[in-house]
Amino acid sequence: MSLSQRHLALILIAPGLMLVAALFLYPLCFSLISAFSGPDGSFTLQWFAKAFELYSTDIVFTVVIVLASCALTALAAIVIAGTLTLGENPYIVGTLKALYRWPLFIPFIVAAQCMRTFLAKNGLMNNTFVSLGLMEPLQAVSFLDWRGIIATFVWKQTPFVALLLAGALASIDRATLEAGRNLGASRMRVLIELALPQVMPTLLVALVLSFVTMLSVLSVPMMVSGSQPTMLTVDMAFRINAYGDYATANALGVITYLISAGAAILYLKRGMSQEAPR
Amino acid sequence: MTRIASSARTVLAVSLLVAFAFVLIGPLLNLALWSVAERWYTPFKLPVTYGTRYWEQVFRPTGDAMASLGTSIWIAVLTVVFALALSIPAGYALARLKLPMRALFMLMFLLPQAFPSVAIYINVARIFYQIGINGTVFAVVLVHAAHGLVFSVWIAAAAFAAVDRDLELAARNMGASPLRAFFTVTLPLAAPGIIASGIFVFLESLDEFTGTFFVGVPQVTTLPLLLYNAAMGGNYQVASITALILLVPSVLFMLFIERFLRADVLAKVGA
Repeated sequence: MSLSQRHLALILIAPGLMLVAALFLYPLCFSLISAFSGPDGSFTLQWFAKAFELYSTDIVFTVVIVLASCALTALAAIVIAGTLTLGENPYIVGTLKALYRWPLFIPFIVAAQCMRTFLAKNGLMNNTFVSLGLMEPLQAVSFLDWRGIIATFVWKQTPFVALLLAGALASIDRATLEAGRNLGASRMRVLIELALPQVMPTLLVALVLSFVTMLSVLSVPMMVSGSQPTMLTVDMAFRINAYGDYATANALGVITYLISAGAAILYLKRGMSQEAPR
Repeated sequence: MTRIASSARTVLAVSLLVAFAFVLIGPLLNLALWSVAERWYTPFKLPVTYGTRYWEQVFRPTGDAMASLGTSIWIAVLTVVFALALSIPAGYALARLKLPMRALFMLMFLLPQAFPSVAIYINVARIFYQIGINGTVFAVVLVHAAHGLVFSVWIAAAAFAAVDRDLELAARNMGASPLRAFFTVTLPLAAPGIIASGIFVFLESLDEFTGTFFVGVPQVTTLPLLLYNAAMGGNYQVASITALILLVPSVLFMLFIERFLRADVLAKVGA
């Protein structure tokens, strides 16, 4: 019985696994082979040399953008989730709760289009500042460069991280937090010293997922910032569409795998340690 | 003294909240303004003339936008059918049957989401080109289904795991065959979670840009591709209206997700 049940289970799961194998594992191998083999099929690192020669600025730019976006997303999410959990004014907590989730399922491409108009030189943001007298019209500058990319990423990812974080914060033991408050600790201190350490794993997982997501997004750097330097996703698309140069594009792809590998290892480790007690 | 301090804190909190609301709503408001702006140029801070001319252009039955909307919905429906056909059996196996290397299989479904996808899609496009299916709806559906499979499989597994095993046993004791017990007891009880995963896959497919950009061009134009082309072509009105059309299902889903996904199912996702 148990043997046949195993067979049944494998038969049931096989079609799904085959799709993942055909559309993920096979192309992944394809990209690795293409990145490491020369025109005659022998092993070579020449595409990586070319990738570094042409795009080393963009590699650094990509890493800095994604790290900065993750850091700012984490900060914003901690402030939001902390206020939701420890806030004492019900109106403020209620308003925040109703507001913060809006960008959660908004597609990146829509977020990019929003920011393209909002952050432009004559966008709503600068116009509002000028109307409020915070800024002279001549001081208005366009934010449609690296700052625009970071702003879009943070705008889009903060609700996701804050949602997971607020969920984790809601499930920790209230008594510890109350005890901290009763002993005279400020809410800020309770959040940083008592609550956050307990939800660190959740925050980390949410940030790793955001990290990989930001590395994969093509629409935001293409639409928000048209200028150089740009992100590696745009460079890959450019190598393919302009030159049909799969080798260099795949070398850049392998570099993005390596960038995300550090983050992914953290995530997989955590996934494994959760699986273990089963 | 404490009273002054506390009201000062409230004022600070309220102004922070207003600033937050501005950052959050401002971009969406700007999008909405562009969609009804017939003329808007510097130095005017608001549109010079308002009107629905571009809405009429977008919603003209013969227009590009309606064709793209149709393509998008058709692809999303096919993706949901395909993903659910794969993930209902897989989810059941993961939740209920003895499966060797279960953790590994769970990870397999996650992998497409855990890798930067552009590098994968350019090679998928190359493979599809070689076998001659690039630029077809079928190719786009395959890519969207592989991308959405992690949600549908994980949520289906969680939904099956949340079904009370005793109810199945009761059905079996009363003489139902395993297949009958599955279709009359287990599947209906897991249905809300599975429908939720279907909605998730539908939205993912509707919003997907990168995969379609590489695999679907030039024949398949979904709404996100239309939005991209309009935005890059400088037509802010059409781009904004397309973006608003894409916004509607996303925001509805955000507002109602908790009704679709019950807490007991949500707690089991990924476990």
